[in-house]
Amino acid sequence: MSPGVALRDATAIVGISQTEFAKHLEPSEAELACQVIVAACADAGVEVSEVDALCSYTMEATEEVDIARNIGCGEITFFSQVGYGGGAGCGVVGHAALAVATGQAEVAVAWRARKRGSGPRPWTNTSTQLHVPGQWTRPAGLLRPVDEIGMLTRRYMHDYGATREHLANVATAVRGHANVNPAALMYAKPMSREDYMASRWVSEPLCLFDNCLETDGALACVIVSAERARDLRHPPVYVHAFAQGLPPEHQTMVNFYNEDPLTGPAWACAKRLWANADFGPDDVSVAQIYDAFSPLILLSLEGYGFCKRGEAGPFTDNGNLEWGKGSLPVNTSGGGLSEAYVHGFNLINEGVRQMRGTSTAQVENAETCLVTSGEGVPTSALLLRR
Amino acid sequence: MAKAAAFSGAYVSNLGPSVEGFLLPAGDEDGAFFWEGTARGELRIQKCNACGHLRHPPRPMCPRCRSVDRGYAAMSGRATVWSYVVPHPPLLAPYSDLAPYNVIVVALDEDPNLRFVGNLVSGVDGALNEIDPESIRIGEAVEAVFKKFVRADGSEQTLPFWVRAS
Repeated sequence: MSPGVALRDATAIVGISQTEFAKHLEPSEAELACQVIVAACADAGVEVSEVDALCSYTMEATEEVDIARNIGCGEITFFSQVGYGGGAGCGVVGHAALAVATGQAEVAVAWRARKRGSGPRPWTNTSTQLHVPGQWTRPAGLLRPVDEIGMLTRRYMHDYGATREHLANVATAVRGHANVNPAALMYAKPMSREDYMASRWVSEPLCLFDNCLETDGALACVIVSAERARDLRHPPVYVHAFAQGLPPEHQTMVNFYNEDPLTGPAWACAKRLWANADFGPDDVSVAQIYDAFSPLILLSLEGYGFCKRGEAGPFTDNGNLEWGKGSLPVNTSGGGLSEAYVHGFNLINEGVRQMRGTSTAQVENAETCLVTSGEGVPTSALLLRR
Repeated sequence: MAKAAAFSGAYVSNLGPSVEGFLLPAGDEDGAFFWEGTARGELRIQKCNACGHLRHPPRPMCPRCRSVDRGYAAMSGRATVWSYVVPHPPLLAPYSDLAPYNVIVVALDEDPNLRFVGNLVSGVDGALNEIDPESIRIGEAVEAVFKKFVRADGSEQTLPFWVRAS
């Protein structure tokens, strides 16, 4: 039996929690992390003292030792951090699931706390940016993530005829979902196609509304065995499959240096993910696709096999990503573009809500959900099912 | 605060920006030959001494034959535009003063999988923002020119820029 098959439906997400999302929250990242983990345990109906695995991002500022001694953990027997910023999220949950499935732990917590809304933009710290590989890009004024993804986007548009109308399809669909989610930062702010087209440039071909929000917030979830999950408060949301992806000769964010930069980490991740699943892209009810930038959704739709290479633009036409209208509702809580940007962890919690039937944009009879992490960086993905 | 990004190998300490404030490479041991080349007006690409494979950015091992025996070869400096962006503020000074400007990725004629990030300028002393971005075309031919920058401590660093092929 392959490890992927051993993981299939062996664990479940049984608790989720999130703080308020805001441009500025008063508590520290450490305090937000502790609060949200305790709340996720309460949502699951497990004692905090039962937690024996802690998993987060390498970019998480609060380390396991600080979490454990704050929230009153007992003995922790598994801890891991996953790298590459927004590529990490599903990997964090996946590592937790692997730990539980292989008997290294019984009650695992995955979390992310970040005060990106209050704090400085990481790209402004030039002292850490000019080493490998920044020496090859920053001096030319390719300074920010939006410039780096804009470069891939321009080439994608050139090669496959995708247009700003397609990017607007993505941004307006996701905004519409935020407009029915009271927790979303953009809840009360509708955005029309005209608003999108009139917004200012940030890095041509990308405009303001192709960019995610800058948010303070924290989220956590609790993972236990499928057997334990059946005795807990909520219907289990099974981790059906999990994968990470790092393609050949990849460079994080500045993936310009290999044969096909547009075949990004999503493609490598998807191969393993679908190989380990007993269903395919056509069976996905709803998807939460990492959206630090709107074009990442186009690239991911192709990478995860919802359409062929170059067809993601037209795939978004006619409201195809919109709840209540399209064949594949995407980012049903508003995603990073319009709910909150917490390195994609809000996509995970929304995937769980869709499987519980409690989303504010609930897809009827949703059975399965794909959740992905960042494209353009070493990435990860989860298939959740009821 | 996020932890500093990890990088492999030693690097020459970051000597700071140019006197105009432009960011300059901190550099590393693997890439030192490249910056020595630009100072002489040469665009050098790392070459595997065992199998001849050209690779960029520079790194210790050849991903094709796994040899660590490495040197470099001088390129013609001829390339084509692979993609480009036009950044607008917020940006760091002095880039923000020049915005909107262009940043291009070029593919070298010797091997289109060898790509470089740079700027399209009208001449070696041209500014980042003097080419009309509307006129830039993916696929257009360019060639390397080399511009020397000076840091506050007097040290020099030469960067490649790109002009339209004559």
